[in-house]
Amino acid sequence: MSVNYDKYEAVIGLEVHAQLLTQSKLFCGDSAAFVNEPNTHISPITMAHPGTLPKLNDKAIEYAIKLGLACNCEIEKINYFARKNYFYPDLPKGYQVSQHTTPICKGGYVTIKTENGEKKVQLNRIHMEEDAGKSIHDQDEHYTYVDLNRAGVPLCEIVTEPDLSSGDEAYAYLTELRRLVRWIEVCDGNMEEGSMRCDANVSIRLKGETRLGTKVEVKNLNSIRNVKRAIDHEIKRMIEEVENGGTIIQQTRSFDANNGTTFALRTKEEANDYRYFADPDLTPFHISDEWLKQIQSTIPELYESKVKRYTTELQLTEYDAKVIADERETADYFDALVQQTKNYKAAANWMIGPVKSYLNENNTSITELSLTPSSLAEIIALIDKGKINFSVASSKLFPALIKQPDVTASALATQLNLVQTSDSNEVASWVEEVLNKMPDKVAEYRKGKKGLIGLFVGEVKKLSKGKADPKLTNDLLLEKLNA
Amino acid sequence: MFSFSSIEAYQQQLKAGIITCADAVNFYLGEINKRKNLNAFIEVFAEEALQKAKALDAKRKNGETIGKLHGVVIGIKDVICYKGHDVSASSNILKGFKSIYSATAIQKLLDEEAIIIGNLNCDEFAMGSTNENSSYGNVLNALDEARVPGGSSGGSAVAVQAGLCMVSLGSDTGGSVRQPADFCGIVGLKPTYGRISRYGLIAYASSFDQIGVFGNNIPDVARVLEVISGADDFDSTVSSLPVENYTSQLNNSNKKYKIAYFNEALDHPGLDKEISHQIKGFTEQLKKDGHTVEPVVFEYIDYIVPAYYVLTTAEASSNLSRFDGVKYGYRTPDKNVDLTEFYKQTRSQGFGKEVKRRIMLGTFVLSAGYYDAYFTRAQQVRQLLVQKTNEVFKDYDAILMPTVPATAFKIGEKMDDPIAMYIADIYTVFANLVGIPGISIPLFKHSNNMPFGLQVMTKRFDELSLMQLSHQLMQQYKVN
Repeated sequence: MSVNYDKYEAVIGLEVHAQLLTQSKLFCGDSAAFVNEPNTHISPITMAHPGTLPKLNDKAIEYAIKLGLACNCEIEKINYFARKNYFYPDLPKGYQVSQHTTPICKGGYVTIKTENGEKKVQLNRIHMEEDAGKSIHDQDEHYTYVDLNRAGVPLCEIVTEPDLSSGDEAYAYLTELRRLVRWIEVCDGNMEEGSMRCDANVSIRLKGETRLGTKVEVKNLNSIRNVKRAIDHEIKRMIEEVENGGTIIQQTRSFDANNGTTFALRTKEEANDYRYFADPDLTPFHISDEWLKQIQSTIPELYESKVKRYTTELQLTEYDAKVIADERETADYFDALVQQTKNYKAAANWMIGPVKSYLNENNTSITELSLTPSSLAEIIALIDKGKINFSVASSKLFPALIKQPDVTASALATQLNLVQTSDSNEVASWVEEVLNKMPDKVAEYRKGKKGLIGLFVGEVKKLSKGKADPKLTNDLLLEKLNA
Repeated sequence: MFSFSSIEAYQQQLKAGIITCADAVNFYLGEINKRKNLNAFIEVFAEEALQKAKALDAKRKNGETIGKLHGVVIGIKDVICYKGHDVSASSNILKGFKSIYSATAIQKLLDEEAIIIGNLNCDEFAMGSTNENSSYGNVLNALDEARVPGGSSGGSAVAVQAGLCMVSLGSDTGGSVRQPADFCGIVGLKPTYGRISRYGLIAYASSFDQIGVFGNNIPDVARVLEVISGADDFDSTVSSLPVENYTSQLNNSNKKYKIAYFNEALDHPGLDKEISHQIKGFTEQLKKDGHTVEPVVFEYIDYIVPAYYVLTTAEASSNLSRFDGVKYGYRTPDKNVDLTEFYKQTRSQGFGKEVKRRIMLGTFVLSAGYYDAYFTRAQQVRQLLVQKTNEVFKDYDAILMPTVPATAFKIGEKMDDPIAMYIADIYTVFANLVGIPGISIPLFKHSNNMPFGLQVMTKRFDELSLMQLSHQLMQQYKVN
């Protein structure tokens, strides 16, 4: 029996948990850093010892607001934390402190581009909460071990509307979101280590249907690629289920990355009653306009805006713009560079060409690069003025400047004898020498094989070690050959 | 022979070299031993207290400056954490648990050179009005051993009442300091919510709980309050308002106050007729002595107890979730159970009856379908009470009320009727609901020979007026 997949459309919502890069935990001074040795970042507060109380870390609020502003959200001015009550061994207090019912950021969107064009993925909210600890089930036959290092680390939960329709869109959304959290430095976005985690809510419906179908929540997705794989699989599974006369039951499923399928974890007939109420140990906190403004001022220009500016103001191709803007540090370097040169195209070529190659070959990053944007701008200026040609500049001057970042580009070019000469006598003697060496080729040229001019130019270049001004060389060659 | 009247007198004797801290500690250790039957102490830190006393004596003899509570022998309720010492909230679920840190209030006591002599019996997790809900057994009222001392800080009250320590700390969520002070004939203060850090106080209901002080007189209580109040980085709900120097400003005996009382409280059908009569007579006396004392209409008196029990049990149901057998404390010995059964057995076996009743009640009022009818409604009542109370304090310096509608109950009298027990909290829970400070001062004696107190309340963070007025009343009207 053949299944008609095209009758259906998928409706997908994603919940992303992003660990915030604060120094300490959300409600106490314990380090929030990841550490392998279990139960080392734990105080009586993390362990929920009797009598302990939470104290809010303002940095976490700042990061949540920063993320909200970057996602175009509305920021709630008066906030409080609520307790989500449930029992689990890695939840030390027996409740999780969360903003589930009153998120700090409402609405907003993240712009994605897929082959179907640009789309603003609508967000429902972003809220803050504390992470739970880790239960380790496989170390002992009889016991589960609990590691509370992670308990209390601040999280932002970023919840989309059911606004995505394919695994590809989910992939694009997560790629953009990860870029964003890294860009504004609130989360390291590392899905493999779990500092960014994603659950997907997937449902299907017949095309044209407006009501949502029964949703399945898929967990255990430890890479962006696996999110896409799991969603694609789940859509297929659900359509086949319905087409074969079955019904979708609301359940939580886990993704098995080894075979690309999902399996049921638990079926929730009745929803858990978490008995949310405002945490009486934490006073409501207010966000002033002043603070909001100050946080806004810490948000750097974002990827989307940079790409747009590069293609419009700087006239770069979209491809070049995206390559340069892909990482914030590279884009920042480029922005500094184009402050010093008006030859934007050359600047982009340098970034994508020699700079990128150098970084790759040396396995280093742009922030480690000793060559300053102004030195690079000076190299570009030397080329534009015809003092040096690009290939000599990239193969000789550029690596030399990296080793001697304190010397100016022109001084080093002179020192290394790389400056092109426009002295017609000198160039003429190189031309003379080359033509004398190749009488056969000269004869061929004169018989009409005009393409040989390139060979002569190349030979002069070689002979002069790149110093001969190419334009002058060309002119003098033509003069001699056509004489 | 050592005898104690006030901290000030004691410290003068110390400075004069008439007595030593060690004398005081030895005296109290002897008294505690003699009155073991009262069951006030859970554990006595005898060796440690004696060593501390000797160290303080040596320090004083060296001529070093002494702390505000130098040598003061203090007992603490078993809900306040003291590093390296057992703390159990009188519950089996925490039996044998040692605190690995000290409560902020305890640290402040120690910094001012107090001597902590032991921890004191109380109702389990501070839930109760008679100290009959303790896993260590009930505490006896030293004035009539057939009667309860009140609760939940029964041990703390009796320790001061029976002269087993100089002052003591309790905690007051709905009257747990003022009510036993009333039953025992001593002073019991519940400060403003947020005056004293709650860090290290085992939570019953977080938005109500406050550490309180028991003593024989106002200057002693004021001195302890002064030491343990103030801002704390470990408690977001504590106030950063500066702490006034209460002790040096107590004497203003000529000041005439504007005082309010509620007819709905003094004429309440649940109030003992004699208590009503004596307090009404007292208001007349105050008027004669030049104070303005007026009735204020307060229509919400019957909503107070229900709102209190809905909100406190809701908070308690969540606060007590951490006692799950996973990290510390009691754990079911049955190893052949799944996780759900593990929780059920641990908590069913570890908690006592009243605690389980309140956890279930609180879970119920927060449940989907009942939340709005109970929890939300009770929060609205609380808001209303706060507004009305603020209005009263626009015109008056203080509110007077009985502390408890009856004198100390007979042991076992109310244990089969929890609702009757709850209703008896009518006058004390008010201050916790609205967050104001309240004190019970032992001004009266009933014809049944038991003492009872007058409750005085002032506006939030006006502990100074509360101390001054109470001091004046104690000096002028206390019958010894």
